[in-house]
Amino acid sequence: MTGTQIGLVASVFIACTVEAVEALTIVLAVGATRSWRSAMIGLGVALAALAAVTAALGPALTELPINVLRAVVGGLLLTFGLQWLRKAILRAGGLKALHDEEATFTEQAELALAAGTVENGLDSYAFFVSFKGSFLEGLEVVFIALTFGSNQKDVPLAAAAATAAVLVVACAGFALKAPLARVPENTLKFVVGVMLTSFGLFWGSEGVHARWPGGETALLVVIPAVALFAIATIASLRRTLSAAAAVET
Amino acid sequence: MNRIRGLLRFLWDFVVGDDWRIAVAVTSALLVTLVLSNNGVTSWWLLPVAVAATLTASVCGAARNRRQSA
Repeated sequence: MTGTQIGLVASVFIACTVEAVEALTIVLAVGATRSWRSAMIGLGVALAALAAVTAALGPALTELPINVLRAVVGGLLLTFGLQWLRKAILRAGGLKALHDEEATFTEQAELALAAGTVENGLDSYAFFVSFKGSFLEGLEVVFIALTFGSNQKDVPLAAAAATAAVLVVACAGFALKAPLARVPENTLKFVVGVMLTSFGLFWGSEGVHARWPGGETALLVVIPAVALFAIATIASLRRTLSAAAAVET
Repeated sequence: MNRIRGLLRFLWDFVVGDDWRIAVAVTSALLVTLVLSNNGVTSWWLLPVAVAATLTASVCGAARNRRQSA
């Protein structure tokens, strides 16, 4: 396995783990409070819809000329990665609430209970909440797996990493029947933001005909450089905020 | 009509996210890199510089907004 393939597997696996943990919390909340059967049907329909999206977009993406693919996908990956990184920096700096699966579970469960009585047969509330949560979180997984996979011309490897992550999270969640609050989600989101931004930088530049010194080995410098820059930004943000707080008090 | 609007809203949130300036900066930086590369100028450094500047500006903007609203 080459270095970029290891990067592909690690990035897709971690990103999919984070999204799967979020989807699992929603499914568990509506399943436990309303109807496991309806929540599971919602999850199953969402997975089928995601498979259809992947089957439709995957071959289309791999047919594009490599430079066009890298420019478009690199740009999208960079925009997407910077969003993740920005949120992770704001969370670490204390400007945005940390993601808390237990709080999300409680909130979803309260909403589910407030939605009225459970119907006989298919519970439409449990079905739609489970479907929507799984589909929307899953779309990010599909996007990341397809962009990484198509750029590396190895969609099957990306799909395998994504499937493995979803299976690991699903087995752990349904064994515990509780949200996976111990998964260090905020740290993983930071790591994913760094990986998406780094690969977006590399592929985006290559797609518009810029050549990195050292070719693909440049990623070994780009990834730590992006991580260090993000850590420095967090430190600077914390300093600025505490200085502002000191002036106010 | 509402469904189309909802779909467009979803796509905007999905791709562009909280700060539209990031998407604009990335697109602009890619275009400038393309022009420089096609004219034989070494341009691999441009995108990282643009990303660093954009991320810093976006985080500083969020911090400023938070302080003003506090």
